[in-house]
Amino acid sequence: MSEDKKDYRDSNSEKRKEVSKADVAKAYEKYSGQFTPKPNYLGNSLRAFFAGGGLCAAAYFAASRLAAAGVSQKNAETYVTISIVVIAQLLTGFGVFDKIAKFAGAGVIVPISGFANSMVAPAIEYKKEGWVLGVGAKIFSVAGPVLVCGIGSATVVGLIHWLIGLF
Amino acid sequence: MDYLYTFLIGGGICVIGQILMDTTKLTAPRILVIFVVSGVLLQAFNLYEPLVKLAHQGATTPLTGFGYALAKGAIDGAQKGFIGVISGAIKSTAAGVGVALTFGYLVALIFNPKSPK
Repeated sequence: MSEDKKDYRDSNSEKRKEVSKADVAKAYEKYSGQFTPKPNYLGNSLRAFFAGGGLCAAAYFAASRLAAAGVSQKNAETYVTISIVVIAQLLTGFGVFDKIAKFAGAGVIVPISGFANSMVAPAIEYKKEGWVLGVGAKIFSVAGPVLVCGIGSATVVGLIHWLIGLF
Repeated sequence: MDYLYTFLIGGGICVIGQILMDTTKLTAPRILVIFVVSGVLLQAFNLYEPLVKLAHQGATTPLTGFGYALAKGAIDGAQKGFIGVISGAIKSTAAGVGVALTFGYLVALIFNPKSPK
């Protein structure tokens, strides 16, 4: 009888402990929230808008210049994409991209420049782990998921189109 | 006029990303994945193509455009049969990905990590 009672008490106290843990976590989040600065939504969005829009407009300008110079439309677009990738990766190497991204936010992260940056940045950081498992593997730490999800979903979409076309 | 649309659409897509970054706890890699997959899904229903026609680089430079190119390659490949489908996605983006990988590797070899100041 007395043991039963003890068990009951024990389980009860454990339960209480769990509840209080969750409460503590919630309370801490509330507490720490007072000190984490609120993002400046409007300012961030405006900078992202002008940086992103500016980058796209510059890309369009370069592509139409190339097309006017006699390069085929498709090749011109490819050249421009490649140039953005190369420039973004060089800037990442020089450590400048981070500074631009701090200012422009999603304006340079959402365009292809962010994808290019996401390859180089971790690869440089993990250089110490070697040329194969350091640079070679970390180059895919962000680009890997993007490529897997992108190519995977695109192939599924293509397969569905192919199957619909068959019947 | 083309420049205006390019600027507005390109900037607008980036603002969506910025709002996602500010208001949710999504990390940058997740946001990149979301953008690529939404580009693929939009093009699956042929909804992204009109945007590309309207805004050119404003629609193709953001990562949704990468998803669009992947999906378009796979869908166009579907007309050439099974092999066309499974090779289409990578084929259409091979130039960009190839350069990004090769040059990215080179840059990572040449440059050393910057210690934060």
